Amino acid sequence: MKQRFDIIESTCVPLPLENVDTDQIIPARFLKATTRDERFFGDNLFRDWRYRPDGTPVEGFVLNDPRYGGEILVAGRNFGSGSSREHAAWAIAGYGFKVVISSFFADIHKNNKLNNFVLPVVVTPDFLEELFASIEADPATKVRVDVPNQTVTNLATGRRESFELNAYKKYCLMNALDDIDYLLLQRGRIEAYENR
Amino acid sequence: MNTLFDKIWDAHVVQHVEGGPDQLYIDRLYCHEVTSPQAFDGLRARGLRCLRPERIFCMPDHNTPTEGQDRPIQDPVSRKQVDALAANAAEFGLVHYGMNGPDNGIIHVVGPEKGLSLPGMTIVCGDSHTSTHGAVGAVAFGIGTSEVEMVLASQCILQQKPRSMRIRIDGSLGKGVNAKEMALFLMSRLTTSGATGYFVEYAGSAVRALSMEGRLTLCNLSIEMGARGGFIAPDETTFAYLKGRPHAPKGADWERAVEAWRKLRSEDDAVFDREVVYDAAEIPPMITYGTNPGMGTAVDGHVPTLDDIPSEGQASFCKALRYMDFQPGDLLLGKPVDYVFLGACTNGRIEDFRAFARLVQGRRKAPGVVAWLVPGSQEVRRQIVAEGLDRVLAEAGFEVRQPGCSACLAMNPDKVPAGKYCVSTSNRNFEGRQGPGSRTLLASPLTAAAAAVSGVITDPRDLL
Repeated sequence: MKQRFDIIESTCVPLPLENVDTDQIIPARFLKATTRDERFFGDNLFRDWRYRPDGTPVEGFVLNDPRYGGEILVAGRNFGSGSSREHAAWAIAGYGFKVVISSFFADIHKNNKLNNFVLPVVVTPDFLEELFASIEADPATKVRVDVPNQTVTNLATGRRESFELNAYKKYCLMNALDDIDYLLLQRGRIEAYENR
Repeated sequence: MNTLFDKIWDAHVVQHVEGGPDQLYIDRLYCHEVTSPQAFDGLRARGLRCLRPERIFCMPDHNTPTEGQDRPIQDPVSRKQVDALAANAAEFGLVHYGMNGPDNGIIHVVGPEKGLSLPGMTIVCGDSHTSTHGAVGAVAFGIGTSEVEMVLASQCILQQKPRSMRIRIDGSLGKGVNAKEMALFLMSRLTTSGATGYFVEYAGSAVRALSMEGRLTLCNLSIEMGARGGFIAPDETTFAYLKGRPHAPKGADWERAVEAWRKLRSEDDAVFDREVVYDAAEIPPMITYGTNPGMGTAVDGHVPTLDDIPSEGQASFCKALRYMDFQPGDLLLGKPVDYVFLGACTNGRIEDFRAFARLVQGRRKAPGVVAWLVPGSQEVRRQIVAEGLDRVLAEAGFEVRQPGCSACLAMNPDKVPAGKYCVSTSNRNFEGRQGPGSRTLLASPLTAAAAAVSGVITDPRDLL
């Protein structure tokens, strides 16, 4: 959903597993929808880790743990690998996450998030490890993501890092514009390319 | 700027967006039914038509059942998605190869087979295995649905240029070892994120020696190392494969095209951001034991022990073994197998069926094993019949089904039940990939055939 990004300060949901693939984020059977109903996808985020086959919640899973909540998901290395399904980004957005923090993201999923106004924030492995420890010690730990200044701060320890975001995407996120808005303005350039 | 990747990419840059990505022109967009409906909705919401409909080809593959395709799809949700693609293609004036028609099949099998994917092209599809088309010497990669919408609307996408990586495999492959093992071996060495951020050029004598089918398999699995895509510079093997294909250039156009394609190679002094080299002789028949494609080992090898795994990966490793119900150090040979799947965009081509048939010829399917043999396209199915492979397979107790993605991803009736083990020639062994609770062991067509006739994990070299 198009929205303007500025400064986000929130508690976090920790998922300290590596190589979380998009089949886990949203299993293939939920890909049969022909509409982009983020609520539907959000309700089925991490479906098979979150619910048993009979639909009852798996108590140990973090999304079912009342101690954790917020607009920031903190995940282990190589988050979003595998299938290109954008439904994974829709599920994350639909659940209510605006930011995902990890030390490493899979490429396609990272683009899909940005195209859906979910900000992937890449931090160093040390920052990530410390953040997991902070959240474990105190689930009320907050993180501040400052998009204009491209910094992320663990408010429990005060540790701050800069993160990468190209100037174009930053402009899009801060002004709620998407790539299609931009490309539609480029018709002249496209035709010039085709005729060259 | 002298790698083949640079040459193709740079030739397609419409503009460098200031402070941002490249605006890249796309020669070919493929659409399947799963990742396109919301993109077409987006066009309607914005009141747009496709800018270059002649560059776009649509076909359903993920939801299509692999038997009874002459009848309507039973699952109403699947049927709706397949019908939506047909309706969208008609509304926007796009070519559509419908289910059970003579041209249908898995998009990544049909594209090269029809000569729609050609050297030097940029090719995208809302599917991570679009990297397959790199086998013809194209820059091909998977995209999300928003990006599908971008291409439908503008024939362009905005994309940060990936870095370049060359993987050289020199020497000769051993007995019973093929392109699938090459890929599983690379993933086991590089991990599923080892090539993230890179576009891979495969090179070296062992890669050059691969057939087009082998090259399609190798490039298909590039994404499983995290790579944006992977390709092989076109050569005589490529030209011989493409010549005479329905959409390949004809006559004098063909001669001119081949002349241009011969220039599509990395220069001798090309500089890659990363380069790795392997010896083909090191590569054994491979199989996976875990829940990502990088968790692979020699088919006659063991599940690793915790000592082999770096500390930050141990939680995921233990979770994977619990899911698979394997113990650290287990020997894989002799483990029982319930299902065997030959097919998918990875191994659903004629050569894969030839390999499988060669191994099972004169043997019988093991009792208790359910085997799904699913050609990647109607064309592959016709070829199986023309070569008499269907008879060889039938004598051994195997039936050839109708084309589609089948048991690769549990979006159609071919699902592996919870707790069952499937030796599968597909591309992913993620939790639940072949059905909730299913346990997938990725392998080559030969290893799948060996499991199918013995009912247990078997080294195919013992049966060749």
